[in-house]
Amino acid sequence: MRLRGLMRKEFLQILRDPSSIAIAFLMPVVLLLLFGYGVSLDAENVPITLVVEHPSAATHRFTKGFWGSNYFDPRQVPSIQEGVRSLLTHQANGLVYVREDFAESLERADGGAIQVIINGVDANNARLISGYVEGVWNDWIRRESQARGSGPPMPVQVQQRIWFNSEVRSQNFLVPGLIAVIMTLIGALLTALIMSREWERGTMEALMVSPVAMREVIIGKLLPYFVLGMGGMGLSVLMAVFLFHVPLRGSLWLLSAGAALFLLTALGMGLLISTLARSQFVASQVAIIATFLPAFILSGFIFDIGSMPPVIQGLTHAVAARYFVAILQSVFLAGNVWSVVLPNALALMAMATLFLAITRRRSRKRLE
Amino acid sequence: MNDNEATTHHHGSPPDQVVLEFKNVSKTFTAGKRKIKALDNVEVRVPAGVITGLIGPDGAGKTTLMRLAAGLLVPDTGTITVLGLDATHDSLAVQASIGYMPQRFGLYEDLTVQENLDLYADLQGVARDQRVDRYRELMRMTGLAPFTSRLAGRLSGGMKQKLGLACTLIHPPQLLLLDEPTVGVDPVSRRELWSIVDRLVREQGMSVVLSTAYLDEAEQCHEVIMLHLGKLLGKKPPGEFSRKLEGHAYTVRAPGLNKRNVQKKLAQGAGVIDAVIQGERVRLVMDSTERPAIKELLEGSDDALLQPVPARFEDSFIAMLRSQTSKPKSLAPQTDFNQRRRIGGGDNKVIEVHDVARRFGDFYAVKHVTFDVKQGEVFGLLGANGAGKSTTFRMLCGLLPPSGGQLRVAGLDLRKAAAAARARIGYMSQKFSLYGNLSVRQNLNFFSGVYGLHGQRRAAKIAWALQQFELEGQADAVSSDLPLGYKQRLAMACALMHEPEILFLDEPTSGVDPLARREFWLRINELAEQGVTVLVTTHFMEEAEYCDRLAIMSAGKILALGVPAEIKQEASSRENADPTMEDAFISLIQADEEESESNG
Repeated sequence: MRLRGLMRKEFLQILRDPSSIAIAFLMPVVLLLLFGYGVSLDAENVPITLVVEHPSAATHRFTKGFWGSNYFDPRQVPSIQEGVRSLLTHQANGLVYVREDFAESLERADGGAIQVIINGVDANNARLISGYVEGVWNDWIRRESQARGSGPPMPVQVQQRIWFNSEVRSQNFLVPGLIAVIMTLIGALLTALIMSREWERGTMEALMVSPVAMREVIIGKLLPYFVLGMGGMGLSVLMAVFLFHVPLRGSLWLLSAGAALFLLTALGMGLLISTLARSQFVASQVAIIATFLPAFILSGFIFDIGSMPPVIQGLTHAVAARYFVAILQSVFLAGNVWSVVLPNALALMAMATLFLAITRRRSRKRLE
Repeated sequence: MNDNEATTHHHGSPPDQVVLEFKNVSKTFTAGKRKIKALDNVEVRVPAGVITGLIGPDGAGKTTLMRLAAGLLVPDTGTITVLGLDATHDSLAVQASIGYMPQRFGLYEDLTVQENLDLYADLQGVARDQRVDRYRELMRMTGLAPFTSRLAGRLSGGMKQKLGLACTLIHPPQLLLLDEPTVGVDPVSRRELWSIVDRLVREQGMSVVLSTAYLDEAEQCHEVIMLHLGKLLGKKPPGEFSRKLEGHAYTVRAPGLNKRNVQKKLAQGAGVIDAVIQGERVRLVMDSTERPAIKELLEGSDDALLQPVPARFEDSFIAMLRSQTSKPKSLAPQTDFNQRRRIGGGDNKVIEVHDVARRFGDFYAVKHVTFDVKQGEVFGLLGANGAGKSTTFRMLCGLLPPSGGQLRVAGLDLRKAAAAARARIGYMSQKFSLYGNLSVRQNLNFFSGVYGLHGQRRAAKIAWALQQFELEGQADAVSSDLPLGYKQRLAMACALMHEPEILFLDEPTSGVDPLARREFWLRINELAEQGVTVLVTTHFMEEAEYCDRLAIMSAGKILALGVPAEIKQEASSRENADPTMEDAFISLIQADEEESESNG
């Protein structure tokens, strides 16, 4: 009866308080839209300046590769000065310089030269652009040599296939990872906030002096927010599959089980924070710094864990979201790969147990 | 209630049964580096079937004592027995048999009245088939029946208090602990709460421990536990506290003399324990039964009338506090304080409020209020929490735009006026806006800098403040570590650094001990005498007596406006020829309710 009373109260409060609904349902939508559409790790329509000092049939054969690619948004200018200016004024992120002697130099034994200048401020983007430019120009060499029928034959034929994300869409990998971030928010931030709200408003004192056991108070918070979190999760999965067309290759059942485990961990963290911080302000700060930011940066959701320095890599093992991101990405993109899912699920289980056990130990029915 | 009633209505509990016992209980809290002894070796026995009052100013240890009794805190030393159970080890069993209402009533504001009741019925394990009857009884008792579907957050302060009480009573407890249930609620609700509690004790033999900072409530308790700074000062029936001072109390009437002047002179006189303004008289408490030489005290006022009166509980409390702390040194006239404000006479209106309203959404916090304040006046806004006092204040200080009406302060509209106009007012907010991690001196330095005091003048002003407000000993103490009374003095010093003409004080005495309150009002008097206009809000009815004029506010309206004596006079009736300010307040609220009912 006591537990039911507590849970009913919690649901009523969720219904009346727009902020928890917002965190649980609005936040996933906003974050998914933002990351799904706004953040893309693919460079598309990169503005690029083609400096062609002496346009000819030969230069046209070379530059048409840029016009035909949807990676580039090229603009052709006749002088290098103008080209450099476009780079300096951020009108273009890269510059391809085809000198006036391009056509003649092709006939020479040592071959011609083109110059590529790339704005390297955004290192990631610069690498992408340089890769794309190289692609265009390799393509051109192949076509040229085929056309002449003379050039040196390719020693190796590369047959490239991309697995799991064959279209190489960064959405396919960002959106599943984002679900882990969203669940961290709902689980940890929301629980930390609502527990500290009870402290702030003095209702915790009234709860404690009633004959409820602390166990019941904790379960009374866990269950409603577990349901809310799974709701947010469901919404995110629906959006991922139907809005962003992320393939869901594994089973929904496995996905839900993984999500449930992770949500327990996140709720555990939130409750633990709230036993330490008794004001909503401190609780939200701690929740963001201790759970949300690590989930964002150290979970492998955007930044590959394998390429982090060893110390940071070690640190990521303490971030629950990393295990869930691994589960999410393999269930979405690869299927039920037990060799990935199982160890990560075990890690989550261990963390959930740990956090909930500490919370249980730390929360006594005392005001100190 | 009187002793006879209390003893004749015990139900099954023998008269000398003890429901709550503290043995050598000490409790220390650490705040940063500082250790606070909240309770120091306290011995208490609370008898069954009566109301026991827990009296003391803020920081006395009342809440700590309550929480210890409820098993929410563990004592450092000593044992606590509640209804025969050990409060530390059997806290769950204790909590199942007591009712405890925390200071903020423990209500969920986003749940309705009914949902709050349901929740607490679930938590207390009240059987479903008993609930209907129990709810009906509680709603009848508290008068909340028409409001069961209203959100608790939308209730008035007094209604919240009653709902909080109903929630704690949902499973009738053997021992009821009420932590400051009457603080900040209007006097009508206060009286109603007392009559409910009286009835619980009489009809059901419930034992009640009630803490309060209102000294007049002590007289309604069967027994009083007096606490100060964690120490037990005494524990006996309230009458016995005051009996010692029987024959020490007088009222003084000095025709032709300003009552505030009379009070100031008396308060500094030799052998005087206490002097407070009461209506048109000054109530005087001496340290011996010897009849005071009133002419000497008042320096040759010939027609002063001295009339012996019975001692009150408050007298004994003040006497006890005085014996614990040294008497404040005489408040010498603040010669340094500028005299220019006297110019212009007393009829200058410095604050004009005309038909001012303030709306928040569809809720009117202030409804078409009109009043004005003359130069050098002490003007009080009196009302319970939520009456609209602070909102009115914020509008006057230009912190909040009014939804309608005109406001002028020192002839200027502070919303539009430049900083120069603001330099003419001083504002002390409810929370004493001090920088908690700065020292006293740094706070003074900062506030004088903000108002453009520099060099010699700033140094002189800071020295003045430290000396005048007796803060020299604490000049380098971090202000968040100061006791409340010191914080209040520092906050007032900060508000005065730039010698404002008008001083706004928002609930300046809330929570500070009665001695600090008395000193505070002496300082206000000093300022008023020098021509400073003082606007002050308070929920202490007796403080209204210190004001030249006052406005009584309730639910955003001004119910009465005028000189304290006039306001009281209007409330006098055949049954009550000499009403107190509280009586006047209650009759005003009742009249207002009748009027709004008859208007539909």
